Amino acid sequence: MKSLKDLEAIREKAKLELSLRETTGKTRVIVGMATCGIAAGARPVMAAFNQELQLRGIQTASVSMTGCVGVCRYEPMCDVIDPNGEKTTYVKLDAEMAKRIVAEHIVNGHVVYEYTIGAAEKQ
Amino acid sequence: MKDLSLHLMDIAQNSTHAGAHRVDIVLAAESETRMLVLTVKDDGKGMDAEFLARVTDPFTTTRTTRKVGLGIPLLKLAAELSGGSLEIDSEPGKGTFLRTGFRLDSIDRIPVGDIPGTIAALMTAWTDIEWTLCLQSAKDRYEITTAEIKEVLDGVSIGNPAIAGWLAESIEEAMTNVFGGILDEIAEGS
Ligand SMILES: Nc1ncnc2c1ncn2[C@@H]1O[C@H](COP(=O)(O)OP(=O)(O)OP(=O)(O)O)[C@@H](O)[C@H]1O
Ligand SMILES: [Mg+2]
Repeated sequence: MKSLKDLEAIREKAKLELSLRETTGKTRVIVGMATCGIAAGARPVMAAFNQELQLRGIQTASVSMTGCVGVCRYEPMCDVIDPNGEKTTYVKLDAEMAKRIVAEHIVNGHVVYEYTIGAAEKQ
Repeated sequence: MKDLSLHLMDIAQNSTHAGAHRVDIVLAAESETRMLVLTVKDDGKGMDAEFLARVTDPFTTTRTTRKVGLGIPLLKLAAELSGGSLEIDSEPGKGTFLRTGFRLDSIDRIPVGDIPGTIAALMTAWTDIEWTLCLQSAKDRYEITTAEIKEVLDGVSIGNPAIAGWLAESIEEAMTNVFGGILDEIAEGS
């Protein structure tokens, strides 16, 4: 049985990783999760962001949700807000794309232009 | 056709949008009545009687002063197709209590779907809300609250990426313990 004991271990690991890194502000990932977004698979996208961040031991990013953003044809979508407040909107996401956004954008600071709403609107 | 976990995501989001501070979710297989019952209770802004009537039956009313969605009507329809029902009690300023039942043995009952994924997403995304999940059957009972999780976490955010996975796995295990062999779609654990 998974228990709160396992959670204590996770907590200790998180605290250790938090203390190792200078906390230079947080990156925020906000996944659109309205009914339309869920139908289009936003839940696995959110899970993929969390999994990849955990895998890489990244403590300086958080993943949350918002309701309908009103552009259903672009769902599932998310905003990535950098520590400096810069916002990038990624659209038509799946789990694999989420992993790449973690690797390239959140870890290395390079926006994945081909996934952005700007690129989608040019098509 | 949406499974129950996707409907639950929708209903729970209604609670978050209503400004709830507490949301209690119960999923119970009742052996006497042979019903699978889902309840969601919140302390959000609530609805008045006139609006509530339109929310559950958007097609029977003509007044369209305010937008009503399809989340609740579609869940109600799914419940009724299995021989079950959906009811809502709500009081403005107090909160809302939604209860929906599905006939356990109906071939038209929608599958429960990824309940652990839904709950993990909700609990880790709306970190200011106190969530409770309770799973119940004649076999077993399981309860988890964000309050107890936050106590163990001792300052580490429940939104920390490592937590969602642990939560989903914990609830997955509980689903097997509580509903394995009772719901067709969940195999009995070893
Ligand atoms: N728990 C609640 N507390 C307060 N108001 C609620 C609650 N649940 C539903 N409502 C009200 O009822 C309306 C209809 O809800 P419903 O889920 O059917 O559709 P919706 O959320 O508006 O749109 P969607 O189709 O995207 O779900 C909501 O917009 C909201 O005003
Ligand atoms: Mg809704």
